[in-house]
Amino acid sequence: MLDIRNLNARVEGADILRNLSLSIKPGEVHAIMGPNGAGKSTLGNVLSGRPGYEVTSGEVSFKGKDLLEMEIEERAREGLFLAFQYPVEIPGVSNMEFLKAAVDARRKHLGLEEMSSFDFMKLARETSKRVSLDAAFLKRGVNEGFSGGEKKRNEIMQMMLLEPSLCILDETDSGLDIDALQVVAAGVNAMRDSERSFIVVTHYQRLLDFIVPDHVHVLAAGRIVKSGGKELALELEAKGYGWLEDEVA
Amino acid sequence: MTEQVESLIRKDYSAGFHTSIESETLRPGLDEEVIRFISAKKDEPEWMLDWRLKAFRAWQEMEEPTWAHVHYPTPDFQALSYYSAPKSMANKPKSLDEVDPELLETYAKLGIPLHEQEALAGVAVDAVFDSVSVVTTYRAKLEEAGVIFCSISEAVKRFPDLVKKYLGSVVPQKDNFYAALNSAVFSDGSFVYIPKGVRCPMELSTYFRINEMNTGQFERTLIVADEGSYVSYLEGCTAPMRDENQLHAAVVELVALDDAQIKYSTVQNWYPGDKEGKGGIYNFVTKRGLCQRNARISWTQVETGSAVTWKYPSCILKGDNSVGEFYSVALTNNFQQADTGTKMIHLGKNTRSTIVAKGISAGRSQSAYRGLVRINAGATGARNYTQCDSLLIGDRCGAHTFPYIESKNPSAVIEHEATTSKVSDDQLFLCQQRGLDAEKAVSMIVNGFCREVFKELPMEFAVEAGKLLEVSLEGSVG
Repeated sequence: MLDIRNLNARVEGADILRNLSLSIKPGEVHAIMGPNGAGKSTLGNVLSGRPGYEVTSGEVSFKGKDLLEMEIEERAREGLFLAFQYPVEIPGVSNMEFLKAAVDARRKHLGLEEMSSFDFMKLARETSKRVSLDAAFLKRGVNEGFSGGEKKRNEIMQMMLLEPSLCILDETDSGLDIDALQVVAAGVNAMRDSERSFIVVTHYQRLLDFIVPDHVHVLAAGRIVKSGGKELALELEAKGYGWLEDEVA
Repeated sequence: MTEQVESLIRKDYSAGFHTSIESETLRPGLDEEVIRFISAKKDEPEWMLDWRLKAFRAWQEMEEPTWAHVHYPTPDFQALSYYSAPKSMANKPKSLDEVDPELLETYAKLGIPLHEQEALAGVAVDAVFDSVSVVTTYRAKLEEAGVIFCSISEAVKRFPDLVKKYLGSVVPQKDNFYAALNSAVFSDGSFVYIPKGVRCPMELSTYFRINEMNTGQFERTLIVADEGSYVSYLEGCTAPMRDENQLHAAVVELVALDDAQIKYSTVQNWYPGDKEGKGGIYNFVTKRGLCQRNARISWTQVETGSAVTWKYPSCILKGDNSVGEFYSVALTNNFQQADTGTKMIHLGKNTRSTIVAKGISAGRSQSAYRGLVRINAGATGARNYTQCDSLLIGDRCGAHTFPYIESKNPSAVIEHEATTSKVSDDQLFLCQQRGLDAEKAVSMIVNGFCREVFKELPMEFAVEAGKLLEVSLEGSVG
C-alpha cells in the first residue's frame, strides 16, 4: 500500500523528518506515537502534499505509484485521505454540496458516473447517522459553527463517503470526550477490512484502546526510534517517552 | 499559495469587443450649447431643457467629491463627448426589423437576444447603446397590463406629467457633483410606471452598452410603482476593452408609493481595465429610492466590473412601516477600486432596513464598504441590521469598512456585524485533499461567501451572477 524510504522533509527551513522509513501493507493499522514536536503531524501533511512541507530527499510509493510526483488532489482521488486535527470552516458552502463535489471527483477518477443528487442525499443521510451527526448538519456550511467533536465526526463521515484506500488520522482524538471518541473509533473500525490501511497519529494510548493497531511506531526527532505491536503503546503509557529519547541520544 | 491564488484570479473579459458601426458623435466639450444640442436632438419640450440647464449651472459651481477611498486622475470633462448615437438610429426604427443588424448582433453576442421569440421568457429588455435606446421588447404585452416601459427620452414626450412630477424628486439636480452632471447631459435610460395595484407580469431589464471611444455614458432611470404595485427590474452593463478610461455617471430614481414594492437588481460588468490597471470604466453612480407608507425597496447588486466604482444605492424610508434592503457583492481584482455601500434614512415610524454587503478583493485591488444608517427623531421603533463581510484573496489587496450610524431616536435598534476573512491556505488545502481542483475550490469558497446575496437575485440571474464570479476568478490558483 505505502512504502516510505529514507524520507527527509523540512518546514520553514527546519528539518523535521529525518530518514524516515515505513512500510504499510493493505489492511494494516499503524499507530504513530511520540512526544510533541516529533514530526507526527508533519508525516500526514507531507504524505498528502500540503504546501509548505518540502521533501528534501527520499521516496514514497503509494499503490505502486510515485506519491511525491502527484498533485494534492490526485493523491486524494487515488485514495489518500487525511482526517484533520483542526478542520477549517468554509462558510456558506453547504456540507452536502462539498461532500458531493468530493465524492464526484473521486468517482470520476475511478471511471464511475456521478451520483444522482437523490442517491447521494440518501447515502449522506445514512452516513451521518453512523457518526451520530444529525442530518441537519448536511445543510450547514462546512464545519461552520460546529463544535470540536462535531468537526471530528464530520471528518469521519467524509472518510466513510470517500472510501479511501489509505486513511491518515491526525490526532483525531484530541479534544474529544469519551462518547465522541467511541463514535469516531466505531466509525474507523467499521471501515477496517483487508484492503484498507490506516495510519493513526496520536499522542495518547487512550484511542488505541478502541482502535487496536497492528503496529505501533514511536517517532522522535523526525525518525522512528522504536516499533512494536500494540503492547508497545501500553509500555509508553506507563513509562512516557523520555526513556526512548535517552536511548536515541 | 499567494502565487497560486493570484494566478487563479487572472481573468478574461469576454464582453470587450467593439462594434464597428457608423456613429454620430458630438464634438468633445461641455457648455450650454452642448446641452441645447442634446435636448434638441431628442426633440425635448422647453421645460426639459430648462431643467437640464438649471442642473448644468449648479454643476459648474460644484466640486468633484474626494472623500471616497479611491484614487484616479480627475477626468477632463472638456475632453469627453457627451452624445454619441449609431447613425442608423437617426430615423428612429419603428420595429425590430428596421434596427441595424449590427446592433442586434452586438446584443446577441452579449447573450441578450432582442427578438422576442428568442429572448429569455418572461423578461422584457430595453437595450441602450451609447446615448440611445435601441429597442424595448415586449411592449405590447406590458401595455395590456397598463405597465409603461420605454426609454426616458420617449417618456419625456409621451408622459410629460409623470416625468415632470417624479424626475429629480428623489435625486435632485444638485444632489452631488455627478448627479448634477447627469441631470445636465443625460442621454437615455429607462422609464417604468406600474399602475395602482398591478403586479408587473414580467421581469423588466435594461442592458447598457458603451461602444464609442471617448464618450461618457450618462443614463437616467426612473421607476415609479404606484400604490400597491410590484415590479422587479434588472440592469446589466458592459463595454469594450480600451486603454483609456471612460466615464459612466448614471442616476437611478425609484419611487415606491404606499404599499408598493420595487426589487432592483444590478449585474455590473463594465470593462475593469487590464491586469496592469490600464483602462476601464469610471463608474460614478447615484441610486436612490423613496418609500412611502408600507412600501418596500430592495437593492441587490453584483459588481464585478469597472476600474473605479463609486456607488451607494440608498433608501429614504419616509412612510411608516416602510422597508429598505441592500444586498451587495462587490468583487475587485487586479487594480480595480470600489467604494460602495448604501444609505438607509429612516424618517417614518417602525421603518426597517437590512444591509448585507460582501466585498471580495483579489490581486492588488482595494474595496471599501461605506454605509450610513440614519434614524431621524420621528422614526420611533426603527430597526436596522447591517452585516458586512470582506473576503481577501492573496495578500496584496485591501478591504475597508466605513460604517456611519446616526440615531436621533432612543427607541431605535441598530445592529452592525462585520467580518474579514481570507481564502486561506487551509481552506484550499481541505478542498484539494478531498479531491477538488484548486479552481473549483476557490469558486466554491467565493460562491459560498456570496450565498446570502445571490439568493436575492431573480432566478435567471442568480445563475448568471455565479458564472460571472467564476469567470472573474478564472486562473486565480494554478
